[in-house]
Amino acid sequence: MRQGEISLAGLLALLSLYLMWKSTELPIGYISGRGPGGGFWPFWLSFGMLLSCVAIAWKWWRGLSPASVSDEPLMDGFGWRTVAHVGGGVVGFVALIPVISMYGAICVFLVYYLHFLGRHSWLLTLAVAILLPIGLFFFFEGAMYISMPQGLPFTQPFFDMMYDIIY
Amino acid sequence: MEVLSLIAGGVTTAVQPINLMLIVLGVTVGLFIGAMPGLGSVNGVAILLPVTFLVPPTSAIIFLAAIYYGAMYGGAISSVALGIPGASTAVATTFDGRPLALQGRASLALVTAALASFVGGTVATVFFSLFAPLLAEVALSFGPPEIFALMLLAFATFVGLGGDDIPKTIFSICFGLVLATVGFDTISGEPRLVLFDIQGFLRGIGFIVLAIGVYGIGEMLWTIEQTRGDVTTTNPKMTVKGLISDSKEAVRRGWKGTWIGSVLGFFVGVLPAAGATPGSLMAYGVAKMTSRTPEEYGKGSPDGVAAPEAANNSASTGSMLPMLTLGIPGSPTTAILLGGMVMWGLTPGPRLFIDESEFVWGLIGSFYISNVAAVVINLAFIPLFVWMLRMPFTILAPLIFVLSIIGGFAASRSMHDLWLIVIFGISAFFMRKFDYPLAPAVLAIVLGPIAEPTLRQSLLLSSGDPTIFFTRPIAAPIMVIALILIFLPALKLLRRKRQVTQD
Repeated sequence: MRQGEISLAGLLALLSLYLMWKSTELPIGYISGRGPGGGFWPFWLSFGMLLSCVAIAWKWWRGLSPASVSDEPLMDGFGWRTVAHVGGGVVGFVALIPVISMYGAICVFLVYYLHFLGRHSWLLTLAVAILLPIGLFFFFEGAMYISMPQGLPFTQPFFDMMYDIIY
Repeated sequence: MEVLSLIAGGVTTAVQPINLMLIVLGVTVGLFIGAMPGLGSVNGVAILLPVTFLVPPTSAIIFLAAIYYGAMYGGAISSVALGIPGASTAVATTFDGRPLALQGRASLALVTAALASFVGGTVATVFFSLFAPLLAEVALSFGPPEIFALMLLAFATFVGLGGDDIPKTIFSICFGLVLATVGFDTISGEPRLVLFDIQGFLRGIGFIVLAIGVYGIGEMLWTIEQTRGDVTTTNPKMTVKGLISDSKEAVRRGWKGTWIGSVLGFFVGVLPAAGATPGSLMAYGVAKMTSRTPEEYGKGSPDGVAAPEAANNSASTGSMLPMLTLGIPGSPTTAILLGGMVMWGLTPGPRLFIDESEFVWGLIGSFYISNVAAVVINLAFIPLFVWMLRMPFTILAPLIFVLSIIGGFAASRSMHDLWLIVIFGISAFFMRKFDYPLAPAVLAIVLGPIAEPTLRQSLLLSSGDPTIFFTRPIAAPIMVIALILIFLPALKLLRRKRQVTQD
């Protein structure tokens, strides 16, 4: 945790410096007759972020924050595995959306999570993984008039059939 | 007495069968739309606006106002049950609502939210009925320096009263405010902070992207990792008797926050451009500051749920005031309502109360009826929302992820934003591990688009002289309170050191 605290502060300080540099693409000072330039607000806020990182590092050096005096690891093996499985599942879910449509990706993600991570029965898994996307389709496309990504052209027959039901 | 007879006339209009039916329908639809992460009152009102051409203008505005009310009640459901603030106005509700749900007391949190919302909405409607024209004048005296001072006060409550690591809190606030500047400079119209030259950033970063990332993904990952997937959010006794006992407890432990939120929320809501989000945050801050047990806040205090919920409902009613009396919308939803009124042939402004008296008082009457309908419908549905929490976490968690992603897309219609949600979520998880408070960042991204232009306009007004914030009669005291709150932790530390030296 101790090493992680200062590494994260360092990373965030670098982000602050990048944002300060990026803000200078617009004027950061006061322009007579026009007020503060477009870069003024983000530049000084990014500077505030940088100062906060310096304060975090100072507290770390003095051992004033809980993480700075902790010898515990950030996560144990189980924690890393859980985060990788769940976080990886969410990343895969979003990556699948442009391929098999929002509703297809929801179905695959639910099967992955409910059956493989949650160890639920196939019956429950399939019931939720099929009925929920259909319910969401009618809610978003039918009631709210919000179109979700439809994926590659091979999903079109499914959408044609569903739209026939709505309209 | 004249006001009373006008209110009575308004209530009579609101309880006509068609209007009553529209109120019940609107509140129910609004409740479910508000409970959905990514969707809020603005979606419901915008989508159903065309439907209102089928009925007279008075019935139409009553229906839309009922949706608005229902959605404000519904925002708390998402905050408590899923831990995701469905709208910016419900961010402060997660601070104590979610811990209560995790303690198995979701019904107490939901009942407290419902009752506080009812009181907040009703108190605001009474203020609205009695002081509408007078308050409209007060609201007009709030210029950019006063609004900026209010924004600073909202952030100061986090620094002074948050109880978190101060440098990390300040980092979080500044980070949220910087994220709000991504896209275009609203004054010069030039592209600004287009990070890594990715064109998707030209659209800016919306509140909902950060909120869903932080709460829908980051917080969920954190909960799963901390509890090893074995989360207890069950509430086995959800009976009528339980509901009554929760109601009693909500009144006993949440009355103070309710009153603070009801009064404060209304006055902040009345100010054009301020709205329900700063109102709910300030109410939370003030309730914590005046509490005898501030240490309970953030751990599941009913007062911590009541204050922001009363405030956001009160502010929603308050934000209708500048819309009706001045023609200035106080929030995106009231902007749509204003558009609707113009389409129905009405002209919002000072003469509306005289020229369209029946319309205005019918609307005010419907506020009273909508509030009653909303609290009854909300309480009736609480068992359903609590039942949702009884699901095994291995079912609830993927449902929350799915609602987060689909809700995130519904709000922005952009794959770029979905990837941002994932990046924010994973970053939030690691930042949370190192005790970075993330709620200030979420609120900062909401308040940033109000804070920046008001600061720049104020400095332009004073030719760059920052003393403008300390020389105006309304801005100065707000700024002084904000600065005291910002320096409060340092003052406490100095006092503690002095005591140690004396001992």
